[in-house]
Amino acid sequence: MEEIQKLICISCPKGCSLEVTVDGDTVVKVSGETCKKGVDYAEKEITDPRRMIATTVRVKNGFHPLVPVYSLQPVPKPLIRDVLKELRKVELAAPVKQGSIVLENVLGTGVNIIASRDMPVS
Amino acid sequence: MTLKNVYDVVVIGSGPGGLAAAVAAKKEGAQDVLIIERDVELGGILLQCIHNGFGLEIFKEDLPGPSYAQRYVKEAYSLGVEVLLDTMVLDITPQRKIYAASKRNGFIEIESRSIVLAMGCRERTRPQIRIPGSRPAGVYTAGTAQRWVNVEGYMPGNRVVILGSGDIGMIMARRLTFEGAKVERVLEVMSYLTGLTRNYVQCLLDFDIPLQLRHTVKRVIGNNHVEAIEAVQVDEKWNVVPGSEEIIPCDTLLLSVGLIPENELSRKAGVILDPVTGGPVVDDNFQTNVNGIFAAGNVVHVYDLVDWVTEAGYQAGKCAAAHANEVRRKEHHLIPLIAGNNVRYIVPHMLDKRNLEGSEIRLQMRVSKPVEQPVWLEVHDKNNLITRRAERYVRPGEMVTVVLKPDHFTDVNKADSLTIDVVPR
Repeated sequence: MEEIQKLICISCPKGCSLEVTVDGDTVVKVSGETCKKGVDYAEKEITDPRRMIATTVRVKNGFHPLVPVYSLQPVPKPLIRDVLKELRKVELAAPVKQGSIVLENVLGTGVNIIASRDMPVS
Repeated sequence: MTLKNVYDVVVIGSGPGGLAAAVAAKKEGAQDVLIIERDVELGGILLQCIHNGFGLEIFKEDLPGPSYAQRYVKEAYSLGVEVLLDTMVLDITPQRKIYAASKRNGFIEIESRSIVLAMGCRERTRPQIRIPGSRPAGVYTAGTAQRWVNVEGYMPGNRVVILGSGDIGMIMARRLTFEGAKVERVLEVMSYLTGLTRNYVQCLLDFDIPLQLRHTVKRVIGNNHVEAIEAVQVDEKWNVVPGSEEIIPCDTLLLSVGLIPENELSRKAGVILDPVTGGPVVDDNFQTNVNGIFAAGNVVHVYDLVDWVTEAGYQAGKCAAAHANEVRRKEHHLIPLIAGNNVRYIVPHMLDKRNLEGSEIRLQMRVSKPVEQPVWLEVHDKNNLITRRAERYVRPGEMVTVVLKPDHFTDVNKADSLTIDVVPR
């Protein structure tokens, strides 16, 4: 049976309101989008919602005590808390380079967590 | 680094606006570009904005704040932009003198041919929105909490209420949840969300954080530390709806209630501010009413997107460089006229040599003492006579005129100064 779900696209700051016609787990139709990203987002959000993760990990001898990190691709939404738990165990040592991998293929998602900035030695 | 006395472009602040201005000024050919930053590193508030969503327009990438900042920091350093960190600018004059102070350099005095104001904005605080109740610890702006959690490694508390649905507030709601705090509520006095809808989705909805529109804080409760807040519903005129009060136990109240361009220095420099934006009135080059003083980014008006701040910074930096280059050219071509033997003064005091190429320049002067015999008025550089004019006599009461002609351009062009002497004929 078809039903209409209302979503707000989070792909960019515009935040388009989408109307998504779904039949079970299948997206039948998307409307309200102003670019192709809206359609992709709706399909993903219905079948396998994902989010980018940005947080910090501890760093030894750093200019700051933390270094910001983020997921290069979005991770499955239900795994956010588990990924954060994994990152809480990490402690890097300065110097850290921007883009260096902090956790590879985190929890088997295929997503790498990388450092958002350089962190020089204190 | 040895500080110069005079710079082409000095940029105040190293957030996205300031960094873009410095980079653009260098690329536009400004020689000496200096950034003055009060923090201990370049980057500004982007460094604490660790969430992604930056750079979608400029880089077509979804970057976190620190990554976005680092691209411009690297570019600035590689282009040879000079940097003063941990340095507070105290005053700027309309003549573009800058006074600053730092632990390392003490009191600093710098002159600049152009200045770009890029001080950004700051958050509205509790006194500015007049929240009643006691004044315990635990009431912070969202940005202060953001700095603690993301840069310095402190948590402001464990049970949090956020007043205001601005982007920083919503982003901090998610961030504090990530770090194990419980965000009890987001209250918004308006009837609509004041931040971006995408942040409502990914920061509040995703984590079941309740948002209440048309609600505000009636009272802060607690002696030494916040123990609770009293939330209340308001009507369309912001009057309290009686009976809607609710005590929400919490240890932290974060405020995300608006940003104000930071313009104390602009005011000192004589820059006119727009009462609506709170920032300088600027032209399409981002130049203020003060010649050679430009402004860009959140110091002018508060932007939604960092990419647009960068664009504004680029434009301001480019135009600041063009202005500095013009001032430099003028300085290079401008030479003083020196009153020599028996000359009291000359007007003009200086001349732009380039102006002699196409037209005459009249030099008018008075002598100090009368000479009742034929004299020459001789115009020379240090070694060579350039032109002279015969007078039958000269008297202080009678102004005399010497005309420089386009024929003299070649000689004048070589001179560093021109002197006029009265000598007997």
